[in-house]
Amino acid sequence: MRRVVITGAGTVNPLAQDVDATYAAFAEGRCAIGTLDIRDLDRLSVKIGAQVKGWHPEQHFSRQTLPLLDRFAQFTLVSARQAIAQSGLQFDGALADRSGVVLGTAGGGLNTTDDTYRSVYAEGKNRVHPFVVPKLMHNAGASHVSIEFNLRGPSFVVSSACASSNHAMALAFQMVRSGAAEVMLTGGAEAMLSFGGIKAWEGLRVMSQEACRPFCLTRSGMVQGEGAAVFVFEDYEHARNRGAEILAEVAGAGMSSDASDIVMPSTEGATRAIGLALRDAGLAPEDVGYINAHGTGTAANDKSETAAIRTAFGAAAERVLVSSTKSMHGHLIGGTGAVELLACLMALRQGIIAPTVGYQRPDADCDLNVVPNMARQAKVTAVVSNAFAFGGLNAVLALRGM
Amino acid sequence: MNVEQQIIAVLAEQAMLDPSDITTDQPLAALGIDSLGLVETIFALEEAFDITIPFNANEPLAQSMDLSSVDALISAVQILLAKKAA
Repeated sequence: MRRVVITGAGTVNPLAQDVDATYAAFAEGRCAIGTLDIRDLDRLSVKIGAQVKGWHPEQHFSRQTLPLLDRFAQFTLVSARQAIAQSGLQFDGALADRSGVVLGTAGGGLNTTDDTYRSVYAEGKNRVHPFVVPKLMHNAGASHVSIEFNLRGPSFVVSSACASSNHAMALAFQMVRSGAAEVMLTGGAEAMLSFGGIKAWEGLRVMSQEACRPFCLTRSGMVQGEGAAVFVFEDYEHARNRGAEILAEVAGAGMSSDASDIVMPSTEGATRAIGLALRDAGLAPEDVGYINAHGTGTAANDKSETAAIRTAFGAAAERVLVSSTKSMHGHLIGGTGAVELLACLMALRQGIIAPTVGYQRPDADCDLNVVPNMARQAKVTAVVSNAFAFGGLNAVLALRGM
Repeated sequence: MNVEQQIIAVLAEQAMLDPSDITTDQPLAALGIDSLGLVETIFALEEAFDITIPFNANEPLAQSMDLSSVDALISAVQILLAKKAA
């Protein structure tokens, strides 16, 4: 089987609007969670989130393009531009036909849906903008990336709630590894911080009204974020032959389904996904220096995930560093695994482990090395990134340094 | 229906029981109402009485109101109705 490497990365997220500034924010443990700036905030009981601030789409897109782009697609395209620029790839001829885009998103063009429903239901308008459908569709981001960069191979979108990005990247990895594609653009995006997007989460009563404190005794729930990250996954030989800079190797992926509850996580399902990723990557637990946890800050996830890591890692769970960067950038739902993969790349390339910020008191049920509040230096050669979705769908990636 | 009867009707519908099978001393767990069922029950009570019941599923021990039994739910709703009337 072919080996798969990452040769480009790009991002727009609440911490920063490129990869290097995101690394800097991770390293200093900066938190982008604050009071939301959205319409009708007074009618929400959850008033905090991690928004992409200082976003000026007109700086990135023309008057003709912008009406076609929901916020999630804007984040996607700008991230993809950065990733492709870093990779140095040009897609034409046979390479274009053998390259595609697989992205994850849970809500797609939710701001467009929200705004349009408001105009027809609340404001009684009978006419909507002609581009509502191409703007709100889940595949809009992937399609625009394909169009802008002439990617003519397999392209589609994966939607598995909070595991969407990890499922997308797992598929992209498998497609390059199997030879179905030479290069895949992959990752994910989410822009759910609209009145309707937050109101829906509010109903479930799992959201924090003060902070995201993963693995902490005083944790009080999730905080939503928004943004995107996109990566270039490339066949290793192809990358080597053209002298590309290789950021890391995608070593393995593990996917499982709990087949039990629609919202409560299963330790058993998560354990299997982690174990499958390690086996797929040919890694022993003691080879792994860092786990980017799903770590949502809910009572249920963090306890269940701790147990899963303990079961999958055995004795190695005592020393592996584990952190949840959701404490800084919030939960990007379908885009979260993509942004979190950046913390994995930072660990492998810079030897800096992003912290779990907002951490106050240890919880005996979450007794891992959670890198509280301050980044740590550590030489790691392999990392794991977890994503466990509502609906019991789990996807775990394993990366190796090059 | 008085407040107590209305609450029992909501619980009966949620638990798929006959209202006569529900007694006020029962914990909600005994009615087969799990954590997701509790969230749905709270929503139904908020809708029925036009009140807001404070509840975060992540902090079961730190709730400002006891919602663990039929009795507790009834008194919580009565307190919130009295606050609303005041």
